[in-house]
Formats: sequence, C-alpha cells, structure tokens
Amino acid sequence: MTEIKPPAETGAAAPGPWYSELTWLALPVLLLALAGTLLFASDPLRLLDRGAPPVEKLTFERTILDETGIHLKIRAGGSEPMTIAQVQVDAAYWRFTQEPVGDLAHIATAWLHIPYPWVPGEAHRVNVVTNLGTPFEHEIAVAVATPKPSAVELLPQALVGAFVGILPVAIGLMFYPVLRRASQRGITFILALTVGLLLFLLVDTLEDALELAGGTAAALQGHVLVIVVALMTFLALLAIGRRSGVPTGLALATYIALGIGLHNLGEGLAIGAAFATGAAGLGTFLVLGFTLHNITEGIGIAAPLLRSRPSLMTFVGLALLAGAPAIVGMWLGSLAVSPHWAALALAVGAGAILQVIVEVGAYLSRGRGGVAETLASPAAIGGIALGITVMYTTGMLVKV
Amino acid sequence: MPDSWLRQRLSRRGLIVSSIATAGLSASGAALLAGQVAPKDVPASRAASGRASPHAGHAVASHGAHGNMISVGDVDSARNGFDPTAMLTDWETGAVSQLPDGRTLRSFEVIAVDKEIEIVPGIMFPAWTYNGRVPGPALRVTEGDRLRIVFRNGGSHPHSMHFHGIHSARMDGVPGAGLIAPGAEFVYEFDARPFGCHLYHCHALPLKRHIHKGMYGPFVIDPDPSRHPEHAAAARSRLLGTPENKEWQEFAMVMNGFDTNFDDENEVYAVNTVGHHFVKHPIRVERAKPVRIYLINVTEFDPINSLHLHANFFDYYDHGTTLTPTLKTVDTVIQCQAQRGILEFTFKEHEAGLYMFHAHQSEFAELGWMGMFDVTDAVA
Repeated sequence: MTEIKPPAETGAAAPGPWYSELTWLALPVLLLALAGTLLFASDPLRLLDRGAPPVEKLTFERTILDETGIHLKIRAGGSEPMTIAQVQVDAAYWRFTQEPVGDLAHIATAWLHIPYPWVPGEAHRVNVVTNLGTPFEHEIAVAVATPKPSAVELLPQALVGAFVGILPVAIGLMFYPVLRRASQRGITFILALTVGLLLFLLVDTLEDALELAGGTAAALQGHVLVIVVALMTFLALLAIGRRSGVPTGLALATYIALGIGLHNLGEGLAIGAAFATGAAGLGTFLVLGFTLHNITEGIGIAAPLLRSRPSLMTFVGLALLAGAPAIVGMWLGSLAVSPHWAALALAVGAGAILQVIVEVGAYLSRGRGGVAETLASPAAIGGIALGITVMYTTGMLVKV
Repeated sequence: MPDSWLRQRLSRRGLIVSSIATAGLSASGAALLAGQVAPKDVPASRAASGRASPHAGHAVASHGAHGNMISVGDVDSARNGFDPTAMLTDWETGAVSQLPDGRTLRSFEVIAVDKEIEIVPGIMFPAWTYNGRVPGPALRVTEGDRLRIVFRNGGSHPHSMHFHGIHSARMDGVPGAGLIAPGAEFVYEFDARPFGCHLYHCHALPLKRHIHKGMYGPFVIDPDPSRHPEHAAAARSRLLGTPENKEWQEFAMVMNGFDTNFDDENEVYAVNTVGHHFVKHPIRVERAKPVRIYLINVTEFDPINSLHLHANFFDYYDHGTTLTPTLKTVDTVIQCQAQRGILEFTFKEHEAGLYMFHAHQSEFAELGWMGMFDVTDAVA
C-alpha cells in the first residue's frame, strides 16, 4: 500500500501526499464510529421508551413432515433477540427441540423439531409461542410426508416434469418444418408471436416471484430483491449476448430457450411444492393443459431458426434447455426449498425473459426503420396479440 | 407466508400427480406414477383413513402419562414468588382479635401490585395481582366472624376487591363503593356469611381485563358447627383447625387461563396459574385420608370450565353452602365463571399410584389444565 503513489492529476483537485487522501477517507469513518459510540453511550432512545414490548416477527421458511414428526425452519425478525418458549400443535403444548438452541437474533434461523404424530391428509396448526406470549401460527393445510431425495421419489417427479416441460417444447419445435415455408411476413408474424408469448411469461414469472417474496422474512426485502435480481440478470445476459453483436439465429434461439427454461424451473417449483404439501387432485386435463400451454414456447424457440438449417441434435438440446429445468424445479420444490431461494430463481427467470424480449424485438426490427415502425406493422401487432391471447387462453386450463 | 403461496399454487397447478394417478395417463410413465407416487405421497382423498400411520410406535415414546404432549421445562417458582403446590394449602386466616361483643374479628391486608409472572415455562405474562400472587391470597374465615380487609392499590390501574358473600352495597367493591385509584386505600368490613366456598375479584372496568390479568382469589367461609346442629359433624370437619378437619387433605384450586397475546382467547389454562404444574409436580395424597378440594372457576373468555377426576368419583357441594352434597357420586363437574364448589372423595380403596385430574374440555387440558394425584400409603 505504501508503495502506491497517487497518479499525477491535472484536474482542479490539488494532488497531496498519499496520506492526505487516507485522512479524507478516515474522517467520515471516524465520524460514523463516534456517532455509534455516542448513540450507545447516551442511549437517547431510552427517553422515547414508553414500555412497549419489542416487535416480534417470525417467518416459517420450510416445513418437513416425516416419521419423527414435524420440522419447521423459522427465521426471526424481532427488534430484539427472540426466545421461543413453547410450541403448540393443534392447541396443545408439545415437547420440541430447537436447533441451534438459544435466542434468535434478527434474521437468524433455527429448526424446531416437534415429535408430533401428524395425521396424513389432515390439517394441522402449529403455534410457536415466544417468551412474551406471542403465538406465531403456521398452518399445514394438508399433512403429507415430505418427499425424500431417493430414486423412488425423484423418478416419478422427473416424469411429470418431462410432461410439463420437455414434451410441450418438443411438440412446439416439431412445427419447425411447416414454419420454414413461411414468407418474410409470416416470419415476422411468428417472431412477434414469440414476443407476445414472452411478454406473458414475463408478467407471469414476475407475479409468482413477487408473491413468493411476500412470504419471506421482512428483513430479506424480498420484493426489492426480486426486481434487482431480475434487472441484474437482464443486464448481464444482454452484455454477454451482445459481445459479438445482436444475437441472431441459433444464439437467439438458445437465449429464448434459456429464458423459457428458467420460467419452467419456476413452474416445476410450484408443482414440486404440490408434491411436498399434498392436496386433493384435479383432473388429467390439467397436465394436458400444461402441455398445450407450453407448446407455444417451442414455436417461439424455433422462430429465429427459420432462415438456418440446424441439426436434429440442436433441436434436442434446445428442447432440453427449455424443458428440463421443470424437472429440476420439481425436485427442489418437493424438498420444500425456502421461499426466498424460489423467488430468486424466478427473478433470474424474469430477467432472462426480459433479455430475450429485447433481443427478439431487435432481431425483428433489423433492416427496417425503428422498433416502433416494426411494431406498427399488421403482422407484428397480430403476432404479439395472438401470442398473448394463446398463452392467456391456455392459461385458463391450468389456473384453477 | 410460504404456505399460502403453496396452497395457492396447489389449487392453481393442481395435483398433477394425483390427477395422473387417478385418471391414469395411458402413456408409458403413467402406470409407474400411479403405482409409486400416488399411494405413497398423496392421499387419494382427505378422508384417506385406514392407511398405516407414518408414526410406527412413535407416539408412545415414554415421557410419563402425557407423552410428548406437554410444555418443555419448568417454571421458576422462586422468581414468580409463589408456588402452585404451596398455594393448594396456603390459607390466610388473618390477624385474629376479639370484638367487645365477644365476636371474632379477622383482619387482612391486601395490596394490588403489577407483576410479570411466568405462567408456562418461558412464557411471561404481565399480570395484575393481589399480594404479588395469582390467584390472590386464599382467605379463610369462619361463619359469623367480623371481617376487616385493608386494601391498598399499589398497581397502575384502579382496582377493588369485590367479595362474593353477603354485605352492604357500600362494601361491594364496585365503582363508587370501594373501587380505589392507584395509591389509595379502602377498608372492607362485613360479616362472614354465608358459609361456603367463595371468591373475591377486582370489579374495576373493564371487568374482563381486570379478571384475566389475575385479580381474583379464594374466599372460604367455614361453617360454624354450633349453628348447624343437624350436621355438626360435617360442619366440624369443614372448620379449619378442628381435629376432624385435620383428618382431611384440603386443597384450594383456582381454575384460570391466560390470554398472552390479548386476542380474547387463552393461550394457557391451569389450576393455580402455572400450566402443567401438577403434571410435573403431582400432588402428594395420603391414601387413608379423604380429600377435599375447594374448586373455583375464574376462567375468562370461555363460558365454562370443568374438573374430571380419573378412576374415582366424588360428592360435590355447589358453592359449598350446604353440608349435604348437591351432587352425589360424579366424576366430572362443570362451573361457569365465578361458580365454585367443594369436592369430597377418597382413595382409601385404591392402590397407590398416579391418578390424573384435568378439565374435560380436552383443549383446556392440552393447553395446561391437567394434573396428577400421587397417591401414596403415607405422606412423608
């Protein structure tokens, strides 16, 4: 450090010796330290203390039910460290162990292990009571054993994930030979349809991410995190994608597949969570609904490839990139992953989708006037409108 | 909360799994799904019963008669300044003197104080108390005594002592008649009548809060045998200090509850304040001696409370104002708030062991209102 000489500057600021800069840096830090010391020493907040008990908040992040009972991962959010005094299950006090033991500082987490003989298929209500007598309720709507990561559990989940993710994308990609015959205006229409589809997915993904973020501890500022992570992802992917100009052809198709894949990860998470928490069933039509809903995604991925001649393996790779994350999502979801991780995954997905919307838009408008002119063409407007409409309509099949 | 999200997603995405399992996709993987996933993970319906419990032998893990269904830890009675077991027999008989007309004068001093108390291990409750304990001191007098209760309010709110008994309006402990501001003092004076098992409580408003914060206590008036020649023996056995009375094991039990988060529902139910206390510290009872319980219900928010005695039956004297039972040979009794009575029973014919007693509202029992009698051949 001492070797470093300040670079000679020609600006208005007069260059001083190296320690003068350190001094200027140290001053504000010193002031901060002084203010902190004063605050603790004089405790002016004592004058504002009206004897109100500290604020207590508790978030339930994970719920695991197994043969030894109920296991809850909790996150404290109190203004003072919180003490978990007792646990009630279905309005009865139960023995429990806390891991690690001790008071829970702000945003600290702990596991509560309750040897409760839960009843499969029924609801249970857990109340975690602090030393102040504040009960925090956690409802287990339908008690089912939490899946464990074993072949017996993971394989069937992977199959459902394939039905929901890979199969529809593959079906969509199979329209490729037909789409290739499209005229220039037809291609514009299909690309615009892709934009419409992506817009739908962007809103859907963001909505889910924000909803999940609402279930996280207040201190984690879930909503802000979702927006920031989505924007950072968007910027990062944009920068990577543009290293060698605006992505076209296979590169663009790959980015679309990536964005859709991340969206399907979120879809998988939700279905996996259904595994984890159990619930009475709807119909087979729902699976088919998903397949229909997601077929459009395959068409979207194929759209930028209509002027090239990719190999069959390319299509297989794209289908896996877009569809397989549904399987991963199912696994993660079924293992009762904490909501903030799920929200982060979806936020990344939203950022990725935003990037492909921009890039497909750019691809669409290349060689023409501006973006606005391109969008104003009947083919583009029709495509976008149809993309959104198809997604919205098939969405009705899966949103019950 | 994540669960609401999950539920919402559940209903939205639906149970693809069970849909496959029930309707059956004829595609290759469906059979596997139906065979492996559905029965194991997802109940066919919420009424899925008859399936093996996932808790093979788990619930019977031994922690005494109550298994794992009990609060963890124990309450620090020293910090509370009172012990529910000691309160069973801790009668306050007052300072006794003779009035010019020969009658007995009993004087008591009671002070209202705010105090944080531990009602279940680790859970603190900001109580309002008489003499720093909940329930307040168990006043025990004899029918016909002149009573003089000097009441001081050392609390943060207006308080009073409203006695269930016979007295004049001026002594009723309601607003305008003995309800005093913090720092003030009032002397209640009246004759002890009628004999029975009674109570006193604060009658400041709002009544509900003053009661559930802890302002209540037993007020027992023993019958004067000379006034009840037709039941003199029964009266003598009830009169504290007589040889006949010493043959009995008498316990004061106040059924109460605590609303720790002030949502007008109790989080803790107990006898003598501390939930589960008499499970962790069973009441020692000598097999040969009969048991008499002065049972008082002050539970707020719930319309009734009850006591059920295991493996035994008792005679019950509602309000304790009679010397013959008002209910004979019952094992459960219910009381509305402020209702009280005397239970008499014996374990003479029983073998020694732990005999349970608890509210027969299972909810109350599981939230703390249960206990045990430890019946032994001789109490050390």
